[in-house]
Parts: sequence; C-alpha cells; structure tokens
Amino acid sequence: MFANLLRLYQLPRLVLQAPPIRALSTSEPRFKLDACNLYEKLKFEFDEENKKRAEFLISTYPEPERRGALLPLLDLAQRQHGWLPITAIQAVAEMLKLEPFVVWEVANFYTMFNLRPIGMFRLKVCMTTPCRLRGCDEIWRTCENVLKLKDGETSKDMQFTLTATYCMGACVNGPVIAVNDDLYEDLDVPETEKLLSELKSGIMPPAGPRRDRFASEPRSGLTSLLTEPPSAGFGMQELSPKAKPC
Amino acid sequence: MIRAPLVKALGALGSPTHQIASRAVRTSAVLAQTPAKAPEKIEVFVDDIPVMVLPGTTVLQAAAEVGVEIPRFCYHERLAVAGNCRMCLVEVEKSPKPVAACAMPVMKGWRIKTNSDLTRKAREGVMEFLLMNHPLDCPICDQGGECDLQDQAMAFGSDRSRFTDINYTGKRAVEDKDIGPLVKTVMTRCIHCTRCVRFASEIAGVDDLGTTGRGNDMQIGTYVEKLFLTELSGNVIDLCPVGALTNKPYSFVARPWEIRKVDSIDVLDAVGSNIVVSTRTNEVLRILPRENEDVNEEWLADKSRFACDGLKRQRLVAPMVRMPNGELQAVEWEGALIAVAKALQKAKGQVAGIAGQLADVEAMVALKDLVNRLDGELLVTEQDFIKGSGIEVRSSYLLNSTIAGLEQADAVLLVGTNPRYEAPLVNTRLRKAYVHNELQIASIGPKIDLSYQHNNLGADPNLVKDVCNGSHAFSKVLEGAKKPAIIIGVDVLERPDGAAIHATISEYCKKLKKPDWNPFNVLHNSASQVGAFDVGYQPGIQAVLQAQPKVLFLLNADAGKVTRDQLPKDCFVVYIGSHGDNGASIADAVLPGAAYTEKQAIYVNTEGRPQQTLPGVSPPGMAREDWKILRALSEVVGKPLAYDNLDELRARLESLAPHLTRLGELQPASGGESVAKPSISISSTPIDVKQKELRDYFMTDAISRASPTMAKCISAVNKQQRQDEARRCAAV
Amino acid sequence: MAAIVRYNLLTKPQFVAALPGAVQLRLQSTQAPPPGTPPPQTKTKFGPLADEDRIFTNLYGRHDWRLKGAQKRGDWYKTKEIVLKGPDWIINEIKTSGLRGRGGAGFPSGMKWSFMNKPGDGRPKYLVVNADEGEPGTCKDREIMRHDPHKLVEGCLIAGRAMGAQAAYIYIRGEFYNEASNMQLAIAEAYQAGLIGKNACGSGYNFDVFMHRGAGAYICGEETALIESLEGKQGKPRLKPPFPADVGLFGCPTTVTNVETVAVAPTICRRGGNWFASFGRTRNSGTKLFNISGHVNRPCTVEEEMSIPLKELIERHCGGVIGGWDNLLGVIPGGSSTPIIPRKVCDDVIMDFDGLIAAQTSLGTAAIIVMDKSTDVIKAIARLISFYKHESCGQCTPCREGIGWMNKIMTRFVKGDAQPSEIDMLWEISKQIEGHTICALGDGAAWPVQGLIRHFRPEIEKRMQQHAQQSKRATN
Repeated sequence: MFANLLRLYQLPRLVLQAPPIRALSTSEPRFKLDACNLYEKLKFEFDEENKKRAEFLISTYPEPERRGALLPLLDLAQRQHGWLPITAIQAVAEMLKLEPFVVWEVANFYTMFNLRPIGMFRLKVCMTTPCRLRGCDEIWRTCENVLKLKDGETSKDMQFTLTATYCMGACVNGPVIAVNDDLYEDLDVPETEKLLSELKSGIMPPAGPRRDRFASEPRSGLTSLLTEPPSAGFGMQELSPKAKPC
Repeated sequence: MIRAPLVKALGALGSPTHQIASRAVRTSAVLAQTPAKAPEKIEVFVDDIPVMVLPGTTVLQAAAEVGVEIPRFCYHERLAVAGNCRMCLVEVEKSPKPVAACAMPVMKGWRIKTNSDLTRKAREGVMEFLLMNHPLDCPICDQGGECDLQDQAMAFGSDRSRFTDINYTGKRAVEDKDIGPLVKTVMTRCIHCTRCVRFASEIAGVDDLGTTGRGNDMQIGTYVEKLFLTELSGNVIDLCPVGALTNKPYSFVARPWEIRKVDSIDVLDAVGSNIVVSTRTNEVLRILPRENEDVNEEWLADKSRFACDGLKRQRLVAPMVRMPNGELQAVEWEGALIAVAKALQKAKGQVAGIAGQLADVEAMVALKDLVNRLDGELLVTEQDFIKGSGIEVRSSYLLNSTIAGLEQADAVLLVGTNPRYEAPLVNTRLRKAYVHNELQIASIGPKIDLSYQHNNLGADPNLVKDVCNGSHAFSKVLEGAKKPAIIIGVDVLERPDGAAIHATISEYCKKLKKPDWNPFNVLHNSASQVGAFDVGYQPGIQAVLQAQPKVLFLLNADAGKVTRDQLPKDCFVVYIGSHGDNGASIADAVLPGAAYTEKQAIYVNTEGRPQQTLPGVSPPGMAREDWKILRALSEVVGKPLAYDNLDELRARLESLAPHLTRLGELQPASGGESVAKPSISISSTPIDVKQKELRDYFMTDAISRASPTMAKCISAVNKQQRQDEARRCAAV
Repeated sequence: MAAIVRYNLLTKPQFVAALPGAVQLRLQSTQAPPPGTPPPQTKTKFGPLADEDRIFTNLYGRHDWRLKGAQKRGDWYKTKEIVLKGPDWIINEIKTSGLRGRGGAGFPSGMKWSFMNKPGDGRPKYLVVNADEGEPGTCKDREIMRHDPHKLVEGCLIAGRAMGAQAAYIYIRGEFYNEASNMQLAIAEAYQAGLIGKNACGSGYNFDVFMHRGAGAYICGEETALIESLEGKQGKPRLKPPFPADVGLFGCPTTVTNVETVAVAPTICRRGGNWFASFGRTRNSGTKLFNISGHVNRPCTVEEEMSIPLKELIERHCGGVIGGWDNLLGVIPGGSSTPIIPRKVCDDVIMDFDGLIAAQTSLGTAAIIVMDKSTDVIKAIARLISFYKHESCGQCTPCREGIGWMNKIMTRFVKGDAQPSEIDMLWEISKQIEGHTICALGDGAAWPVQGLIRHFRPEIEKRMQQHAQQSKRATN
C-alpha cells in the first residue's frame, strides 16, 4: 500500500510551474568560481522556453499592474541561472519596464533570492523551536561535520550551500531539511547522514518523511480518518432550486 | 510610474480619503484632502479643545489647527504619509492603542489626548528605540544644533538610557554610501524615516534611493555603485531629520548657532527661489531654501544651493585698467573712474550697454540713465529674445500661468525648453501636476528626460504650426483642457524664426484663453531678463554690434557672446561685475561689483514677480554695489544721476515701472494684444535646447563656473556615465 | 502570520462581533437574533470528532487528491446550485455556521465577507487567499494544499461568489514548491472541467483563480504586506485605514482570508451552517485543523472539534507527552506568537478562542508546540525572538529596533549573563512594542516574551544566579 502512496505523492510537479532549480545529474556543476570568466557568468538572457513562461506569468496580472509578476519572474530567472546576477535583475526590469533599482530592492527583501552564486544543492536546515524540540541541533551538527561547511557557506566545488533557516512550514514533521524545492522530514542523525551521502553522489532521493510515515499522520497508525471518506452528497442540505443564472 | 488617479477615484466615491502607503498610489496629504463636494465639517476634541475639521483630516492636522504640535520624524507635509517612525502616536479616548496621528483620519467626536500618560509613554518608548542604535556622536555631527532627533529627545525622551547591551554587543554600524559630491552620508545615524526615498521618487522623480535588506539590517541606499545625482538632490539634506545626510561641501564648517542668517533671493535661474544665506565673519557658508508657496515651496535646486562657494573664487576685488601692454592692472577707484570717464567723453554719445544674466534692476536702471544722459540709447540684454513689438506687451515675455498655477494645469505643451534643468522648481510643479492632476504633457524639441512621462512630438518647428492651427492630435488635448498651458523656452526665441514661433503660439493662446487663466508662458533662465524688459532694455546684442559703439558697458555680461573681434578696435569696453569671467577678459576697464549675496537689489522672476536680495556679507576688497559704481562714474563724467541712495533709486524705479517695487507681489499682466505679424516664417531647422543632460546644468553663469563644487558635480556625472556604459557593455 | 484584530479600528457592529463571546452576548441579548445567528450550543462535551463529520477527508493524502478523487469524496458536488443561490445565501450560511477566520485573528468570516458584498463602483473585486503559512508550529494549510487542493479551489469560487469577486489570487509561500505544484495542477484541472473560469460550473458566473508564489518573507502573511508582495513590491505592511476591503490589491476592494477558512466554506454550504455550528462552544464553532509538534510521542496534524480539551487532544492523537503528562513543562497553544502556558494551565484548558483568551493566550492558528521538562524554555523563546528579528520588515521603529533589542537581551538571558532587573526592563520593552507598530508582527514578537516572563520568571532568575556564581568562580 505504501509504495502506491509514495507514487501518488511523487506525482508530476509541473504544468505551468517552472522546472525545479537544476536537473538531477552528477555532471559538472554549472559554474566554478574564478574571476577570469566573470562576465561570461554574469551574462543573462531569458531562454525561449522561459520567455513563454514569463509571458504567461505576466498575463495573470491585470494590464496596468504587470509589476505583480515581479516575484515570479525573479524566481524564473533564478531557476534558469541558479542565482540572480545583476544582469538578471536588469533583464527582469526591462521585461516589466521598471527601474532596475526597484527590482533590486525587491530581490534584496526576500530571502529566497540568491544575489550571489550558490551550490547545486541548497540545504536549508530548519532551526526554529518546533524542529529544535525534536533535535535539529544534532542534525545541524551532522550537516556541518559531513559537509565541512559553516552557516551560509558554499562548498568549493559549488555542490552544497548550507544555511540555517527559520520555519519551513512542516513543523509536525520536524526536524526538516529543505534541499532546493524538496522537504526531507522526520530526520534523525543516521537518516541525515544517508541523505547527505546520497546528495553527495548527485542523487536527489524522494522527498517526504524519512521514517515510516506518509504525511503528517501520527506515526504509529491513524487515530482518525479510519473509515473510507463518505461519498459525494453525504449529509447535503436541501438546496431549494432558485435557478437564476448570474 | 507614480501617479495617483486611484486616490481620486476614491475621493469621488466619498470613501474616507486615506493615504495609501503603497508606492504606486502615494499621494500627498494636501491633495487627498481635497473634497469632491464641500462635505460637512465634523467636530473633534484635541486636549478638550473643540475643533471643526473636514472629514479625512488626519489627527496631526486637526491638532495643528488648534496649535498643538505633535512630534514626528517621517511625516512631511509635501511627501506621502509613511507612518513608520511611530513618533506621532497619540491617545484617542476609547481606543486601547495609541494611533499614528500622521495617518489616521479623525472620526466624529474623537477626543485626542496629546499629552496624556499613554501618549507620553508611547513617545518615550519610540524615542528610546530610535536612540538605541543611534550613535552618540552629536559633538562631531554636522546636524548638531538643528537636529530633530536632538530636539525631540530633549522634549519627549527619557533622561537616561537603559540600553545595557552597549556593554555587550554595542550599537548597529552601517557602512557609509558614496552618493555623490553634494550629499555626505553617515548611515549609522539613519533612523529610517524614508523621507529621502519618498522625496526622490515623488518630487524629484528618480527612483535612485531605496531601502535594501529588512528588519534591523534595513538600509537606505542606491543601486549598485550609483550616485544620487539629480538637480534637486540637496533637498534630502533639509529633509533628513538627523545627521545621516548632510551637506558635503559644508561639512565641519560651522555650527548653526555661530552663523548669521539673511533672507534673500536666488539668482542663478529665473525662478527667484527664496533662500536663506548663512554667513559668518563676512563669508557665505551655505544657502538654504526659504519657504514660499508661490515660488519654490520649500525646495531649492542644487545649483542655487551649492554654487555659493563660487562667490569666493575668481572674484574681482579691485578696479583694473588695461595698460598699453595689454595687461589689466589693478588701480585705485579714482584712476579707474577717470579712465572710463575719459573714454565716455570721447565717445560723444556712441555709448551702449549690455546687461548680463546676473544684473539687478537697480544697476540696469542706473546704467540706462547714465547711457541716456550721455546721449546713448542702445541698452540690451545679453540673452537674446524676439525683436520688435514682442516685448512691448508685458504678458508676451512672462510665465503667465504662474509657477504655482502650473500645478493646476491639465495639458501642457513645452516648446524648445527643458524645464528640468532650466528651472528645476518649475519642473517639480509640472511633475506634481503630472502625479496628482493627470496632467498631459507634450514637448516639441529634442528627446529629453523630464522625470515624468511626456509625449515628444518631434523637433520640427513646423509642428508648432500644426498644433496651433488645430490639425495636430495634441491640439484636441489642449483645446479640451480646463487649464492648458504652452511653455516656450528662450532657446527657441533666440532663433531667427523665433518671432514667428512666438507669434503663432501667442495667437493660438488667445483661443485657449480662459477668464482667469492665461495659457501663454515664456520660461526664462536668466534672472535679469524680465527686469531688463520691464525697465526698457531691448533683447539681443546684434543691435550693439551693428552700432559699433565707442564705449560699451558690460553689466555682468559674462555669457561670452560679445567677443573682442566683433567690436571696433577703438571701442572701450567697461565691465561691471563680480567675477573675472568672460566679460572681464575683454574689458579695458574692470569695475568690481557686488554679487547677489552682497547687495540689496531687485530681481524679477520669470513670472514677473519682483523680489529683493539682502546683503549677507559686504563685497570683497574694493568691490562696490553696482549702482553705486555707476552713480560715482556719472559724477566723474559730469552728468550726475539724480539719486544718491537706494530709496531715491527705488523711487526712480517706481516712476519707470510701478510694479517693480511691490516686492513679492505678482502684477497681473494685461492681455497680449496687437502683436504684429512677423515677416519671417518658421524654418525647418530642428528645435534644440542647450541644457539637455544633467552635466549641462551645473555651470551656466559666472558664479557657478567659479564653483569647485559644481566642477565636482560635472566630473561625478561623467564618471557615473562611464560606469553605466561599462555595465551596459558587460550586459550585452 | 497571525492576523490580529484591531478593536479600535472597527465600527460598532464589527466591534461587538469581534468581542469575546460573553461580552458579545450581553450586548446583544436584548434583541431577537437576526438571520445568520448561529443556533445556541447545547452540548457540554466536545470532541472527539466522528470520521463522517470531518471536512478534510484526505488530510493524510491516502486517497487521490486530483479532480476525480476529490469529486468522489464530494468536492464540486452541486457547486453550481450553491453558486446560483447567490451571495446573500452563502454569507448567511457562513454567518449561521459561526465560522471565524482560521488565520489567527478569529474575525467572524461571514461578516468579513459581507463587507465586500456591497454595490460596486466599477472597480473589480478580488479574493486573496493567504497561503503564506510561516508561523513556526503551523503546517495545516500545507496539508490542505497538497492533499485536498480542490477544496480550496472550490472554496475560492464560493467565497468569491459571496463577495462578488472576479478573481482569486492564492498567495502561497515560496518554500512550498511541491504544494504549489499540486495546487496549480488542481487549478488547471478545474479550468479544464469548466468548474472555474468563464461560466464557472455552468452557473453563468465568471471566476478566475491564479496562483502567486512568494519568495521567503514571513511578513507577507500579514494581509497588507501580502497585497504589496502580490503587487510586486517589498512586503511591507500598509497603514490601515484604508482597509483592503476599500483599497486592496491593485487598488481594488479585496478580502484576504486564510486557506482553511476558504476551504471549509463549500462543505459548510453543502451540509449547512447549523451542522458546522453544532461543533464547539457558542462563538467558537466548527471543526479545526490542529498541528501538534514538539515533545509528544507522535506529532501529527489532525482535524478535531473546536473546544476539545488540550489534554484530550494530545493524549488521543499524539500518544501523550513524551515521558507522560507529568513531564509536561508548557505549551505554546497557537503558533509561535501566542504566549506560552505552563503545565498547570494546560491541565484543563479548552482549545478554542475564548478558552485560550481566558488563559491569557490565544488560539492563533491552533498550532500546538509541546515542551517537556527537558526543554530549555528560555532558549526556545529566544529562538522565536530571533525568528521575529529576522522576519521584521524594518519599516517601523518599535519593531525594527525593539525586536532587535529584545533579541540581544534574550540571547544573554539564555546564558544568564544579565541582571534580574533586566527582566522587568524586557517586560517594559515588550510593552513598548506591543500595539505601537503598523502591523501585528510586533505584537506577535512581544507576546512570547511576555508569556515567558509571566510563567517562567524564577527559571530566568535561577539562570542568572548560576551565571553570576560561575563567573565569580572564574574570576577567583
């Protein structure tokens, strides 16, 4: 039964959303830090596919308020480039006909925009009280030891960036590590080590709780929702027909 | 960009007119109050004093009506309400929390307590928070003595600090930003009131300042390595309630209690901004704006504010006479005057005078009287204008809609002018109308950045004809407008076909005219021009050059339009003025005059408003007030002028043009009748303006050309441009 | 982030409705109940909830969350008829149900929605769903969005119809990428099936649903900051008034509601307001998602009846506190911004709005953080304060400076490196922040500190003594 459930959970994460940050591959990391090709790295232009996405995103906001698409566009740019160089800021500003500084201000405000290069896997370890009560301090130490990184640092091979972060919104599943877009929940030290070694070999393991549960139900079995959900129309009150189309 | 039609829509709804913190829909407090129909006033009580106010009035304004001043940092009358400093919290009866007085509209029957325990406690709390991270460096802070934070800490703060963490982690320190040669930043002192940010985006129309980071790390800053350079940047110094933004050239120069303040008038453009000249030991230290709703509100353009160090350089301090070897040599007044008098006697009436940009009305009248008494008649302004009957009617050379009036305009056509640099404070009015009044602006001339959106129709002068005969699309806008205005720049009127353009537009303006609204406007950029026409000077130097005078007076004429080779060999050139600039270099006799901070003199601004400067310091060395020089000269030459002191001279002025001595008042100019049709037709040479970019703005006259600060500004602008270009290259 | 009601900004009827139940009853008792009044509650024991009365039947994702599965579980059933009933009927049903906002402030939803249901002025109206769930301890909306997204989409349509809105924007926090994916897929399915969009469900009503992902800012959970963020600006709260119902998203009338509030609306309309009102005490009616995290044997998210006793909730669903009930130190009952309550209060506290206000705390988002006796409670609260410091937008003074200061003091309190007199100072500082800021984040940061000082003062003093002794020994 469980395998089936996991498959359900891993359903496509797609449609109009931009693709996940980077492909899961063991190939060369996208960029290495050296100054000589700095300008190369700073070059930014939306690719064709993302241009279409951007157009769609802009179209979801009313015409005079296209600026609403600023956050989604910055996110798109970041997904394409890995981080947000100043040229990406300018490209987004041009697309929305804004001053670059306005875009810069916004990009500076939100923590999910990286204004400097980050590693292929961005590890965010939740360190807020609910996770801390479940032992995130050990998880954090494990990450520091295994990756040999301190808070906010990026490994030299640009594979990992480690950050201690605040609530990820999965408190009943704590401790939690977010790797790029995915949440790894219910971690303990061995599971964390396993996760890190898998990541080191370039594999993104399936996201979700790591210890015998599927979502946020009590671990040792359900205490509610034991019966099949009632079918459609259960307990429905009488709706006197007053058909008057709006 | 920033416009506020939405707020207006709200006003029409009758919903309470509130300020909206959103940057897109910001509006000034003044505007948001404008009621759709005069609604009934409501009664509120401020400290138990009843007061009737319009609905939508904020608590702070209601308190101000009964004379209760509520402390504030972020609130400013001319900027959008931000409500973020929380200093203005006051108690309102029956409300459990104190309310922010600057943003909260009053409700009927509210009892506002501005001095209750809750209010005082709230203020003390906010004060404590503000001081917590504010450095205690008042002794080395230039704002010291005129600092809102200091004053309000004294009045409302606690008398001791509880910030024990000073012994552990200390205070916040913030890196200073280099935002240009005019504004010095000490960002650790910043209390994040965002007045400067709001000023930049609302009044100056540049989004160069902003906030980055958040929470305790929030900083005011600029875009990557960008300078905050506009023609209005100095105003953020006045707005900053603490010493975070201070006057860079003035830094560590003086303390406010050491200086003497003199109310005066700025003459570096034709707006006539009201200023305060701060002096100490006969030295002009800085210039601040003075409030005048009709002229400059409370702003001041950068040139007017910062060019004052040009008053100390390149000054003429002694009379000089050109020796046979061709060199100017300093002499005593007596010698200089005799030398000029000799030349005048030889000239036999072939005497002419040219008044330059900085000439005051008194000196111009004295020169005119002197030249007339010597049987000369040629008196002209250095700045050209249309010839002939054009200036006989006063309204044909004035900004008739008035500076403050332009705020109400709803359609404006700019012809060959760049108000942003020719008259920055006229441009702020246009921008205000653009933001709040849905003003539609079109321009004929080169493509320029006016800090607001406008429709550039093209540079072809024949477009003027199209607009004026109603065939252009913009004619419909102008004709449909309640208060249309056409503003002509002086650069257009210098053209050979300037008269034709002038006549076409003034003819069209007769059609656009409304009972109490004259749409015809000329925007001058030299402070002397209107006054010169008022006392009977003719425009342009051509007449003088044709007449081949024997003696030529250059009264502050430093634009370099007259050169030595245009004049006959034996022409004796007399320069009267303050700076060793173009005029003095071609003169045979140099008579050192006083600059505008050293004399009591009348200037008439572009809308025709006479205002006077007052002397803050005495002229340097042997320099004297210009009219006195001319009076002395008349004595030596044997044709003494009929006035011995300023009062008598002013009486003479009054007989010449009565409105000139009604200082500060605007005399309604009579309607433009009978402008003769000029014979020349409009050519096809594209219309151009001289000041296109910011770098063209800083040095336009003898004083600003002598100013090191202005030179720094130009090099900063050039540097910024090089950087931007490098970045653009990198991006492509 | 918890939206907190500002009593001083309400008109009289709003004011009455927003007051705690007992007071409200007194003010209203003289009149006959107007339509939309919830029926009086006769039960005295609340919880556990029967499975057939649960709204979120796929809370644990054991069933298909996509359209087909959702329809099988009763979503989108007769939605057309509900929409055709019109705004007044829907608002009346919601009023009858006694539903109060699930985002933290607990403002009566029927009334909030009715503010929007007035003659328009030509401006469009918007419904904005606040899915920027970021309050530490809270993870209920996440379950809805990943396992029951159609409940939310349908709720948008019904709530939107009630307000006369033309579109809904779901503002989901940026970290919830997979949840946003599910949500987006559900929206796409609903569009394809004609359930939303032009002529939604065949009712003749046009309604769009858009999704907007945030980018990592807790403050964007504050309604006006959320609107700013949706407009593509920094998420800095606006001054109120004007309220979003006057000037909101893109300058148009807007209502911002929590995911859970919107998602329960269709079921309320189907089963009737009276059914929903039969759960929980009067003025605290309904069912609610509870997140129980921290030191319990089995942390979980569960839907339960309002007014269930805290102890029963923990024992029944979470297998009790680690080490038994006696090992309990304290509980933060409603997400990080609510004050902590010690064990002796936990014994018989009732989990609803009024019950927790009586215990000097608040229901908030019903995110229960349980701490046993092994917890360093000062450190736990200090961590929350550093969270608030990190998330303060920096706009207004008390929050920007005050929370930074509190954080400095709390950091020292964790070590004990402070004087006992500073405890009173910290209390005063928290009072200087509370109620003096533009939005409620300042309040949210002040309350945990106040809760700590109220109930754990001896603990703090003890630590200071220890530290003093240690440093004395070190210097000797």
